[in-house]
Amino acid sequence: MADFEPTIVAFCCHYCAYGAADLAGSMRLEYPTNIRVIRLPCTGKITPVFLLRAFEKGADGVYVAGCLEGDCHFIQGNLVAKPRVNYTKKLIQEVGLEPERLEMYNMSAAMGPRFAEVAREFTERIINLGPSPLNKNVKIKKEQAA
Amino acid sequence: MVVGERKPFDEITRMLEGHKKVLVLGCGGCVTVCLTGGQDEVRVLSSQLRMARDKEGNPLEIIEKTVERQCDPEYIDEVQSLVPEVDAVLSMACGAGVQFMAERYTGTPVYPALNTSFVGGSKKEGYYVERCQTCGECKLYYTAGICPIARCSKSLLNGPCGGSTKGKCEIDPEVDCGWQLIIDRLESLGQMDRYEEIMAICDWRSNRDGGPRKMIREDFQR
Ligand code: SF4
Ligand code: SF4
Repeated sequence: MADFEPTIVAFCCHYCAYGAADLAGSMRLEYPTNIRVIRLPCTGKITPVFLLRAFEKGADGVYVAGCLEGDCHFIQGNLVAKPRVNYTKKLIQEVGLEPERLEMYNMSAAMGPRFAEVAREFTERIINLGPSPLNKNVKIKKEQAA
Repeated sequence: MVVGERKPFDEITRMLEGHKKVLVLGCGGCVTVCLTGGQDEVRVLSSQLRMARDKEGNPLEIIEKTVERQCDPEYIDEVQSLVPEVDAVLSMACGAGVQFMAERYTGTPVYPALNTSFVGGSKKEGYYVERCQTCGECKLYYTAGICPIARCSKSLLNGPCGGSTKGKCEIDPEVDCGWQLIIDRLESLGQMDRYEEIMAICDWRSNRDGGPRKMIREDFQR
């Protein structure tokens, strides 16, 4: 199943990762179109509920992207998010999903190329894992399906 | 507050085997404070349960709801219209809440999603410690406000055992010796005379009153 089009939800904080996504756009950097960005005021807003609901709705992979450690606009929102992401890895494992389907990344608003790189790396990782068993409408890459 | 911990996920899924629609019911009291049974935890557990069952192709329908307190009749009355709609209730309250639900809704199975752990408090967010074992005869006057039953691993009443070393308990070098804490505090308060008083053997009859306990305020009875 290495040839499917994963659906990936990226929770990005407004001040850094979302800025990086914006920069990646203005730099005309290419990255996979599988990423659905959801902007958060701060990754400190993340709770296991957000992440689980994304998986429940069929996301093949989910990641949280916040500011570099030490650089959170709200002082330590990204440090709050990190253990929550790790905890949620256990929760999805209990349900039988690979914990690798969930990750946390840190980047600054100036790191447009890093945003694109993370999007590529993570998409690759999810393609290798194959579709989530909860994804009801798995999309096979067009060329293959045709 | 009452501190509870979520039961292992497998155990919960086993309890729900054969059920098609359940009410996952949170409690807004103690277990919300200790982050194990409130609204957020109801959402988390419900998501997990739906996902696990979806994967098996055996979907589970869930009503998610959290009431103020499950240990009060007024609040559990609020789910009166929901209970008949489900095959079972999965309560995320402490054991008292689960039993209040079971007593109120006799025709529907009510299952516990938590293990009720202890009476304690929060050191900080997400970090809870035991402080009382509800012995029914509080001794904190003699022990400088530090509970010998809950804080001494052996619940001794008259000073430390021989296993106390450098202020730590022999069960685990991370655990403070309850009696060392008591003595240090009695000393600093200038109340060491209280340590001299020999406490009588604990009257465990008051612990469970020889059976389930009750507490009645006559002036509130109607
Ligand atoms: S049901 Fe239990 S957890 Fe909820 S408020 Fe009452 S005692 Fe606390
Ligand atoms: S002495 Fe008894 S009532 Fe007092 S804190 Fe200890 S266990 Fe609780």
